[in-house]
Amino acid sequence: MKIENHVTLEFPSRSANEGFARTAAACFAAQLDPTLEEVNDIKTAVSEAVTNAIVHAYPDILGKIVLRLRIREDHALEITVKDWGVGIADVDQARTPLFTTGSEERSGMGFTIMESFMDTLKVRSAPGRGTTVTMVRRIARRAGR
Amino acid sequence: MPVTCKEENRRLTAAVTGELDHHGARAVMEELDRRIDLAQPRELTLDLSGLTFTDSSGIAVLLRAHRRMGQVRGVMRVVSTPDQAGKVFQAAGLERIIRFE
Repeated sequence: MKIENHVTLEFPSRSANEGFARTAAACFAAQLDPTLEEVNDIKTAVSEAVTNAIVHAYPDILGKIVLRLRIREDHALEITVKDWGVGIADVDQARTPLFTTGSEERSGMGFTIMESFMDTLKVRSAPGRGTTVTMVRRIARRAGR
Repeated sequence: MPVTCKEENRRLTAAVTGELDHHGARAVMEELDRRIDLAQPRELTLDLSGLTFTDSSGIAVLLRAHRRMGQVRGVMRVVSTPDQAGKVFQAAGLERIIRFE
């Protein structure tokens, strides 16, 4: 798949960066001329993926998170959130609705939200090596453009 | 992430404004807990009209407030939910547990 444009952002796992990451993703996605609902879906999914990395990948330390955004020739946005943290031993269990290892301000619905707001969601993880979440959202081409 | 409350005759109204994510969720939860414990309301109305963004952190906030209201034998309703937040809550099936008006 040909990539028409891309940007890569690296930041430490501070929770203040959750808002930055989703807003940056929304700004970059604007090139695809999305509807407000499509922008909100992207913001929500990015917020979930980045929050997972901040809360779960690096529970006690500040670690590196990389957010890569790519615009594909098929008018889709590919979002990759990568960390080098503790990893997930059982990805299927982590993706189960309501499952969480976090504290009570977590709902266990992060992956469920990402799945329902994106077209595809792929999670690759190895304990001790980190996690890569890749999501794709196609943006409808609007008539008259 | 401000929470503005007003109370009258054991009816508590709490307006949550701005963006709600993991970064600010704990402060919102603690403020709602504190206000519920103080007022012991019969009814809590959560006004979300000024909520510009939420992710799944908002689900946890609503469930916690709902549980807390159950402990003080009160009821909770959520009003003026913006489209973005509504879509998040719906994906979680929250309307089966919480009253949205």
